[in-house]
Amino acid sequence: MKNLKYLLLRRVTQIGLMFLYFAANAYGWHILEGTFGSSKLFGFIPLADPYTTLQALSAGFVLGADVLVGALLITLFYMIVGGRAFCSWVCPINMVTDLANWLRRKLKLDKEEVNYRFLKRRTRYWIMVLGLIVSAIVGIAAFEALSPITIMQRGIIFGFGAGISVVVAIFLFDLFGVKNGWCGHLCPLGAAYSIIGQKSIIRVEHNHEACTACMECKIVCPENQVLHMINKKSISVTDGECTNCGRCIDVCNDDALGFSIRKLNKDS
Amino acid sequence: MANSDNNRRKFMATTLQSVGLTALGGMLWSGYCDEAKASPLVLRPPGALPEEQFLDACIKCGLCAEACVNRESNKNRDGTQREGTIKMAKGGDHRLIGTPYFIPTEVPCYMCDDIPCVPVCPSGALDMKSLLNEKKELDINKAEMGLAIVHKESCVAYWGLQCDACYRACPLLDEALTLDYQKNERTGKHAFLLPVVHSDICTGCGLCEKACITEKPAIFVLPREHSMGKAGDHYVKGWDKKDQQRAGNRKLDEIETHDERSQKTPSDYLNREIEY
Repeated sequence: MKNLKYLLLRRVTQIGLMFLYFAANAYGWHILEGTFGSSKLFGFIPLADPYTTLQALSAGFVLGADVLVGALLITLFYMIVGGRAFCSWVCPINMVTDLANWLRRKLKLDKEEVNYRFLKRRTRYWIMVLGLIVSAIVGIAAFEALSPITIMQRGIIFGFGAGISVVVAIFLFDLFGVKNGWCGHLCPLGAAYSIIGQKSIIRVEHNHEACTACMECKIVCPENQVLHMINKKSISVTDGECTNCGRCIDVCNDDALGFSIRKLNKDS
Repeated sequence: MANSDNNRRKFMATTLQSVGLTALGGMLWSGYCDEAKASPLVLRPPGALPEEQFLDACIKCGLCAEACVNRESNKNRDGTQREGTIKMAKGGDHRLIGTPYFIPTEVPCYMCDDIPCVPVCPSGALDMKSLLNEKKELDINKAEMGLAIVHKESCVAYWGLQCDACYRACPLLDEALTLDYQKNERTGKHAFLLPVVHSDICTGCGLCEKACITEKPAIFVLPREHSMGKAGDHYVKGWDKKDQQRAGNRKLDEIETHDERSQKTPSDYLNREIEY
């Protein structure tokens, strides 16, 4: 029997947060209002997405203090504590791409990741930079004009309309197109959080003595390039692209993986 | 040697291709964004910055829409919640996705005294300062969401029928919308009660449009930049002190009164056919 602890915890967190956002509109709750672009926690703590904020700034508007402070709080949280946890613990698109990925495995569409010439995992960083440039050219937050993340989130809060097609498109792309296509190759928001969260203290740690090299962790990992130490070295996963989703810990039958606090003195 | 040459060539080719693809992506993306923001006939919440700036400033959080729908006054008589005025643009709405707007014929703006939608805006896209009156209090009457326009040919009051639905619906009754009494020469014994909108007071809330009885409203709200002309600084009301002040502030060298047409003499204008 496989352990589903972190998977369930993540789903509860994701759905719980989405419900709080939904309830802010539907029932007027003041726990978590707004959307990722800018939110209010408990009615007074401002939160804002750092990449969205950067886009608006590069589009040339001096944003209100609430957004700037909010973006700073979010940046600090993921920088110090969470790493790229936004992607796997908060973002609703994660549920869509996880489902696509799971189906992909069940349907045995491919086991290995195809190495596309121009669709590499680093493409997302280019898109991230490009998004800022396009924002500056066009004068609006460019990624926000088509972001499936906030389209899905607003869909949940205010109703989807035709926006559902974007979510379906991501699902189909990840299922039949590129493995981990959206979250692992294209999403500039994930790229931004990868950079922000590089040095965070919560990390997955590998114990290579216990590892039996079953490679289950590499099969489920959506960013499996970060697991290069499996069965080789007992170190932490320090790559910023690790989303701290904990799937590898769940599927490990040998107790060779677990969350730990980054050792501040040495980590290579 | 040949190997390193090959490597260099490969590197150059890859770099060139990457740059090219990035440029392609950038152009497509810019093109999409430029089209996506081109939705000029959209009504924004009170205090919204001019459209161009608003699209830049709005962070698409939806706090305004949430404040609008959950305001105290937004209840039916039986206590159930009503639909809010402010909608968040979805795919298929043909407005920049995620931005707030309203459609008067569905739910107009009820011009709440406390303006719940504006102070919650975190980015400044809804500008509180633009809604402050002389006493530095929030004043919804300062809002300029749009301007109502009457289409005389479809307004039954202009036919001579008795209707004052829009006039009575107006929250600034007798200020933003007045009735102009005129004699109906056709019957010789009836009056026209003609609705007239005053652009200096109308906030564009759309209650008139919602109230209008015609199949398609004969009075409707458009964004102000699309519903107003501009006389320009070279036309001055010589009998109006205020307008003379406006004229006094103008910079003479910035006023251009000469154009292609004015190069001809006035008699040309009168006696010969002129092409515009």
